[in-house]
Amino acid sequence: METLCAFLVGAMVTGSIYLMLERNLIRFIFGLVLISNAINLLIFTVGGLSSNRPPLIPDTATVPLVPMANALPQALVLTAIVIGFALLAFIFVLFYRAYQEIGTVDTELMRFAEPNDGAESSTHSTQKPGEQG
Amino acid sequence: MSSILVWPIILPFATAVAILLVKSKGKSAQNIVLSSAALHAFFCGLVFFRVHHNGIFASQIGNWPAPFGITLVADHLSAIMLAITAIINLAVVVYSRADIGPSLANRGYYPLLQTLVGGICGAFLTGDLFNLYVWFEVMLMASFGLLVLGQERRQLDGGVKYVVINLFSTLLLITGIGLLYGLTGTLNMADLHIKIQTIQDQGILTAVAMIFMAAFGIKSALFPLFFWLPAAYHTPPIAVSAIFAGLLTKVGVYALIRMFTLIFTVDMQYPITVLLIAATLTMITGVLGAASHNEFRRILSFHIISQVGYMILGLALHTSLALAGAVFYLIHHIIVKANLFLVSGVVQKLRGSLELSRLGGVYRTNKWVAVLFFIPAFSLAGFPPLSGFWAKMMLIRASLDIQQYLVAGIAAAVGLLTVYSMTKIWGEVFWKPMPGGIQIDETTLSARPSIWMLTPIAGLALLTVMIGLGAETFVAIAMQTAEELLHPEIYYNAVLGYK
Repeated sequence: METLCAFLVGAMVTGSIYLMLERNLIRFIFGLVLISNAINLLIFTVGGLSSNRPPLIPDTATVPLVPMANALPQALVLTAIVIGFALLAFIFVLFYRAYQEIGTVDTELMRFAEPNDGAESSTHSTQKPGEQG
Repeated sequence: MSSILVWPIILPFATAVAILLVKSKGKSAQNIVLSSAALHAFFCGLVFFRVHHNGIFASQIGNWPAPFGITLVADHLSAIMLAITAIINLAVVVYSRADIGPSLANRGYYPLLQTLVGGICGAFLTGDLFNLYVWFEVMLMASFGLLVLGQERRQLDGGVKYVVINLFSTLLLITGIGLLYGLTGTLNMADLHIKIQTIQDQGILTAVAMIFMAAFGIKSALFPLFFWLPAAYHTPPIAVSAIFAGLLTKVGVYALIRMFTLIFTVDMQYPITVLLIAATLTMITGVLGAASHNEFRRILSFHIISQVGYMILGLALHTSLALAGAVFYLIHHIIVKANLFLVSGVVQKLRGSLELSRLGGVYRTNKWVAVLFFIPAFSLAGFPPLSGFWAKMMLIRASLDIQQYLVAGIAAAVGLLTVYSMTKIWGEVFWKPMPGGIQIDETTLSARPSIWMLTPIAGLALLTVMIGLGAETFVAIAMQTAEELLHPEIYYNAVLGYK
């Protein structure tokens, strides 16, 4: 089961990276949704999937009697989902406002903050220092 | 008494809520924020003094014992960062009085600013990895809001790039946290320090360390992950870019220092080597970027990158002196960098532009503004006896001590290039005569910088001079911090020592 989930996470991350590298911001959002779910699944998987018993301790005992599902990864995933949802809502509004102002969702054409006056290329032409470390 | 640790976090959030609740506009909101910032500085100072005199202390939230509950820990590094955050917060809040107009204030500038400060303080104090992620999110959310609050085209454009890359880095962070939890079964940083030493598979551990490095590398604008910073930092209002420049990337630096001195401590040759190379390249690219730009705030933005390189260099060299140098650099840099952005705001008020080609003659008209720029600028460039000189000297000395001559040479050369671009701003903005043919409207020409703007600038400049002249005290504190960082068992004992 864990192996299957690992491959599933891998496939989802691959797809989402492909989407996020697109110039189109809408596709980026789809990639973002996909990768946050992939990561939630990853946390869930590394927490251990082997046991399907609920994390309940009977009245008579103080420690669990049988191995049980770990509740912590589920709490982490829940937190991550909530935060992810808020961020997604924000990013939708931001992209929509940006689209209204700039008139495009193509990142190559969005150059208002960094106008292309020739100064841009200089940041890429770094001299390489010698071997180090 | 250890509950004092929650105050630096709760106070800014309470202030944010209070301002939203009373729906106060203009003056009264400013007064609330100002008094809250002063109180915040008091609490942060208290935490620092307690740590400095009694050593590390921890606070278990909700009385859940570590490693099960959330722990807040203040060691020297956290306390120093906390104190500086409070200073910058105070300076920016005072400055905002003149810089932030009623329209931005009505859109929620002050609540967002306080949320940002609360998030930053939370990130510095938490002793729990997942909690760190949550604070990072709080911080990011507030910074997103602040960045695009003006809703100008430039801001939205810069904002999109900033948001996209930072979201990706938090996703990397949560991936790393998930994997680390799978490996060790704990998220408490002190507990992780011990548990991680029992992991047999060194390969997986290195991979996880690299994920964390990439995540925090984006946050702290390390080479080659820094492109978002100069795309965004010159677009928001001056007060906002000052607090961003001073604090945001430094939270990433802080997290990197914490990760690689407390959690990833065994057999980390590979990541540390990568850090060293990245740090060197960061210094060089940053300073070359600064040399090639001609807009006040963009030059300063590229300098942030180059300076972050120095701090990470201190971490990567990993000796006692190098770590002390990194800590000293943090103290010096945050104050100086925030101050330079604040000065750029005064110049903008006086001349109505930040393009170097449209500026000039400020020295002739406003001598004191020139002096107030001179101090942080040449401290950044590393002129003795200002604070930047000692910071650079410690790091270069540390790299010479362990025969990293090339690194020492590059650090010195980058310092020289920093001097070049600082003299460029000095010459273009302050010394050269005002270029002819540029129309400045009457209101701008007759503008006098408000006292609310000059006070924080003068205060921070004074602090820079004090750090420079009283370097011995600050170096001693930095050395003590480095000792603590190199002996994580002190941290462990403070958090889990009751066992």
